[in-house]
Amino acid sequence: MHDETRLLAGGMVMLAIATGALVVVPYMTVRDVPPIEGLKPYTNEQLRGRRQYIANGCVYCHSQQPRSRNFAPDFERGWGRASVAGDYAYDTPHLLGTMRTGPDLLNIGARQPSEQWHLGHLYQPRAYVPGSVMPGYPYLFELKDKADTGDVEVHLPPGFAPAGKRVIALREARDLVAYLKALDRTYPVIPAPKAVRTVRTPEDPS
Amino acid sequence: MNTVVILLSAFVISVFGLFVFIWTQRRGLLDPSPRAAEVIFAPGEIGVVEDPAGTRETVAKLQAANPSIIGSGHAEELAERARADASTAPLVFFFLCCAFAWLLVASAAGLVASIKLHEPDWLIGQAWLTFGRIRTIHLNAVAYGWAPMAGLGVALFVIPRLLKTPLVGARYAFLGAALWNAALIAGLGAIAVGLGDGLEWLEIPWQVDILFVAGGALVGVPLVLTLLQRKVDHLYVSVWYMGCALFWFPVLFLVANIPGLHRGVQEAAMNWWFAHNVLGLFYTPLALASVYYFLPKIIGRPVQSYNLSLLGFWGLAFFYGQVGGHHLVGGPVPGWMITLSIVQSMMMIIPVVAFTVNMHGTLEGRLSALRYSPTLRFIGFGGLMYTVSSIQGAVEALRTLNVVVHFTHHTVGHAHLGMYGFVTMVFFGAIYFVVPRVSGREWPSPLLIGAHFWLAAIGITIYFISLSYGGWLQGVAMLDASRPFMESVTLMLPYLKARSIGGALMVLGHLVFVLHFVLLLTTKPSGRNQPTLLQAI
Ligand code: HEC
Ligand code: HEM
Repeated sequence: MHDETRLLAGGMVMLAIATGALVVVPYMTVRDVPPIEGLKPYTNEQLRGRRQYIANGCVYCHSQQPRSRNFAPDFERGWGRASVAGDYAYDTPHLLGTMRTGPDLLNIGARQPSEQWHLGHLYQPRAYVPGSVMPGYPYLFELKDKADTGDVEVHLPPGFAPAGKRVIALREARDLVAYLKALDRTYPVIPAPKAVRTVRTPEDPS
Repeated sequence: MNTVVILLSAFVISVFGLFVFIWTQRRGLLDPSPRAAEVIFAPGEIGVVEDPAGTRETVAKLQAANPSIIGSGHAEELAERARADASTAPLVFFFLCCAFAWLLVASAAGLVASIKLHEPDWLIGQAWLTFGRIRTIHLNAVAYGWAPMAGLGVALFVIPRLLKTPLVGARYAFLGAALWNAALIAGLGAIAVGLGDGLEWLEIPWQVDILFVAGGALVGVPLVLTLLQRKVDHLYVSVWYMGCALFWFPVLFLVANIPGLHRGVQEAAMNWWFAHNVLGLFYTPLALASVYYFLPKIIGRPVQSYNLSLLGFWGLAFFYGQVGGHHLVGGPVPGWMITLSIVQSMMMIIPVVAFTVNMHGTLEGRLSALRYSPTLRFIGFGGLMYTVSSIQGAVEALRTLNVVVHFTHHTVGHAHLGMYGFVTMVFFGAIYFVVPRVSGREWPSPLLIGAHFWLAAIGITIYFISLSYGGWLQGVAMLDASRPFMESVTLMLPYLKARSIGGALMVLGHLVFVLHFVLLLTTKPSGRNQPTLLQAI
């Protein structure tokens, strides 16, 4: 046999082993875990909001995966219990994230249910949290002299609204906030189903 | 208990499997005769230094620093090498021009993203400039623009030399590269208008990915054709790395991008399998192959131990593929998968040490060459950073440390140590070597090469140290629930600013680099510089 055939065959076997472990086995075991009771599918509006979350790259600063209490104090920070595979049954693409420049958002809907707060925070985070490094998203809003009927006006804290203008949330912003408010995995994880149990590490029970 | 069993068996199986495999491969590849390591030299050429990026004087000094007997090189083989170079010249030149362009785009986007992290109200009016998009443009321009264009360009230059065969079918690669670049422009455009896929490292929509697949396959064609016509008996180490990388990448890319195949946490596992393997099984082997070729070539001495190269190669091939799960430590994915990844992350120390010992042995007693060879300076720096970043990565995977650094800027520091300190610096060095050979002109100014080196080296040092230290503090603050979250945000500010300064130096270095390249193209070769291609014959 030629060297190159052996080389490439060997190389591909190595990759196949890795793919088996990291892609195929998870495919067979955790791809189709059933949603946990209490988890609702996203509405169309929330799905559009999820697109906005993706399009504007919120995932590069926010994770959606609280860790278990005996590993890290995510619960104590108010981010929620450790998530399990069934919490993500409706999540394509996944938005677990690997960065916490900002807080974990898997349960932001439970933590902060106010639409006005979210809209205002998206328009200018520093109006609510001084020192925040989250960017504002003014392009998701429109400035008008006066609000028309049906407009959702954002009431910013004094000093942050542009002088003489009204800040109106565009549909993109409203969708996004609908998605954020839907981020709520505070329902309990029922311990019984086997498929769910297998996804926690034994030393790392939720 | 269970975890320990899994951990142990994963460890035992992997090591056993690996050694069985190396054993079956030993014939031919594990050739104890040093001839295999010498194929990069023509008969009688060992001892002759080569650095086309140097001036006459520095090359003379480089040669003088080399105490071994000087051969002269077999004229016929040298002519053959010149023919191999000539066969690749236009193609390699095209790849490198693309690489230069993407380097500038990518680093400008990176700098903008960096500044935005401490000036959050800067440039927020336009959607495409928002942090989430410009950061993603940066990553994709680096990952699919600069790194593959530079890496494949160098591979296309090196492989015909190593096979002692002119490149066959270069026009396929031209077409492929054109498609690839068109795909990247379309992909970055899609990200800019908010049509990204949402998976880190895989943001480019799958419709555009089809173009990448076609382009990549076309680039592979001449390499396969050339391999089939090779005139050497021994496949040199660099060919193993480059050859496998070119077959690994399409599999990764294809599996990862098939629409509708992945879902939920399984998709997360796939995501990091892909993202880590792009680093480990594509950029890393291309860069290591460059080190294995250029370092011995420049100092005129074969790689010290061919057997260590073998261990380094198969160790990387085996362990690297399985480390992706360490990006999800503590996450909602199967525990055994994370444990496996942590074990294999630690095992990566084996191939890394094998590489390090080997290169150290090869350079031993020739360290002064670093002073006289601009190419070697970059490649030496890069090789060292391979060792440092790999060891750091292995340690970072351990749960006790990972819990601190996982969600912080510390990982971004690590990413740049690997992608910049190692991969990018090695490609810089390789480009300094390759450009005179393919263009027939010499770099006009050693001063500019020096400026580039120091800007890049100092820049990445500032970048790495500030983010590593700041990111650690950020992680410690986040782990202490009694400190408000905002503390972890505000304490990062000085370190994020320092990163912008480091990054600005790097960008300045890139400007110097590209400017120098433009000068090389526009100035007429001066008297002292004969076209290097002719000199070699
Ligand atoms: C540059 C990083 C960054 C980006 C990008 C970013 N954020 Fe934030 N985010 C932060 C930081 C830092 C905080 C904490 C300070 C604050 O509340 O403003 C935060 C806080 C939040 C909060 C409040 C969390 C809480 O627990 O009170 C929400 C909601 C939020 N971000 C949503 C978003 C959305 C939606 C996007 C995308 C459109 C986004 N963020 C993009 C950094 C970022
Ligand atoms: C061409 C050389 C470069 C390479 C190969 C490179 C590579 C990378 C990689 C791999 C990432 C992803 C990191 C992660 O998500 O963990 C990244 C992100 C980033 N890079 Fe670069 N980079 C380069 C140059 C720069 C420069 C010059 C700057 C300027 C400061 C920069 C700033 C950034 C920023 C701000 C991020 C985003 C980090 C975050 O999400 O918080 N990079 N880069």
